[in-house]
Amino acid sequence: MAFENGMMLGRVREFIRRQYLIITEINRKYATPRITMSRWVKLSLLLLRLYLIFLVLLLGYRFLTLIS
Amino acid sequence: MNFWSNLYYRYRRFAKAFKLYLILTGPGIIVMMADNDAGGITTYTVTGAKFGYGLIWFLLLLIPVAYVAQEMTVRLGAVTKRGHAEAIFDAFGSFWGWFSFLDLSLVNWLTLVTEFIGMTAALLIFHVPAVLTIIVVSVIMMLMVLQGRYWTWEKIAIFFSLINLIYIPAAFLVHPSVSDVLAHGLIPHFPGGFTGELFFFLMANIGTTIAPWMIFFQQSAVVDKGMKEKDIPWGQFDTLLGAVFTALVAIFCIIMTGTVLLGVNIGSAAQAAELLMGINPYVGTFLAIGLFDAGFLGAICISLASSWAFGEVFGWAHSLNFRVREAPWFYACYLFALVTAGSVVLIPGAPLVLITLFVQVIAVTLLPAALVFLILLLNSEEVMGRYKNTQMQNIVSCAIVIAIIILSSLYGISTLFPGWLG
Repeated sequence: MAFENGMMLGRVREFIRRQYLIITEINRKYATPRITMSRWVKLSLLLLRLYLIFLVLLLGYRFLTLIS
Repeated sequence: MNFWSNLYYRYRRFAKAFKLYLILTGPGIIVMMADNDAGGITTYTVTGAKFGYGLIWFLLLLIPVAYVAQEMTVRLGAVTKRGHAEAIFDAFGSFWGWFSFLDLSLVNWLTLVTEFIGMTAALLIFHVPAVLTIIVVSVIMMLMVLQGRYWTWEKIAIFFSLINLIYIPAAFLVHPSVSDVLAHGLIPHFPGGFTGELFFFLMANIGTTIAPWMIFFQQSAVVDKGMKEKDIPWGQFDTLLGAVFTALVAIFCIIMTGTVLLGVNIGSAAQAAELLMGINPYVGTFLAIGLFDAGFLGAICISLASSWAFGEVFGWAHSLNFRVREAPWFYACYLFALVTAGSVVLIPGAPLVLITLFVQVIAVTLLPAALVFLILLLNSEEVMGRYKNTQMQNIVSCAIVIAIIILSSLYGISTLFPGWLG
């Protein structure tokens, strides 16, 4: 039983390690954005980041008001 | 003689063009008709019952909105030969790539749950148990993709898209007054004044017109179909035709409930179908069939959009032209989405209303990003070459995208804080 559990744990570890490697490989492949980072592109991405932060804060606030 | 030879020449030219269109038609029509999914049909039926024909003009305005956003995906897909998820990773790096991909996966899965809710609710009217609906629908959807050809899948999907037009005869069956429809529907006005409730419904109709999955779906479908740069005009025509049809379906849906259920407080399309069964069984049946078909169309497109995105990001084989053994992960992903989303609907006491509301909120986090990336990609010389946006296209698409972002954000926020709009 202990041997089987150990085998199972080993398989899970191997699976997680493989997924980690795949994700690392994807991150390496797309490390450099291909698009030219002009002023407009940078500004658009900055605004998008701010917009998403605003939405996350709003969702967090709603969550807090719901549980309180 | 000259007249007849001219006429024959024109006929031959038209027949040739029509044949070519039949070959190239697909992604545009399917995505636009699937846009009228279970959630969309609910929005239109409730809008009709609440405001009568008063907002038909607004739906006509949404034709160019839907066309402009979706047309860009045709060009992007045909030129880059990449789906939207892969294009974002490649152009903007892994941070934005993962953000879009994970957000899309979540939104799509939640939307898939709402499609199953719509389908089960529609068939419950005919006393079909929810378990049976989910099993049969999942089996049909799997068979549709397992036959190993994109072309066959597309033609079956077009067949289901045509069933979506069932709302047109249904609206005629309730004998609406044409003069009333024209007088109240086509002249822009705000029925009952510009109230918070009306604003919410305007936003809801915009929210159903453009959804994040549509952008990812159409671009991947264009790539899977193998469309080339020379096919772009046909893809654009297909998208325009789809945009017109989707608006027609929405308008006839509104005419149907606006004629018979005006002033009745309904919460969903299924409820409207049940009420209509008592008034005119044919119309109720048509609405229920249409609701089921809308959910089914939405489900086949959404689950495919997710599978394509997974394949693009993880580098798996991801085409409907592959057999299961050639693209096992692609089909496994598709099956996983179907089984898990369908199972949620069967869980007793599952928070289905909460899920439906949550979809609208989460979609708001992805839609602006997907649209901004679309415009940035379409403006990149190195990505699009001579097919990049012209100045005029930029003015129109930027104006539309900004309007969509503002209105869909307000819609999401008002879903989070219901009393906010008054």
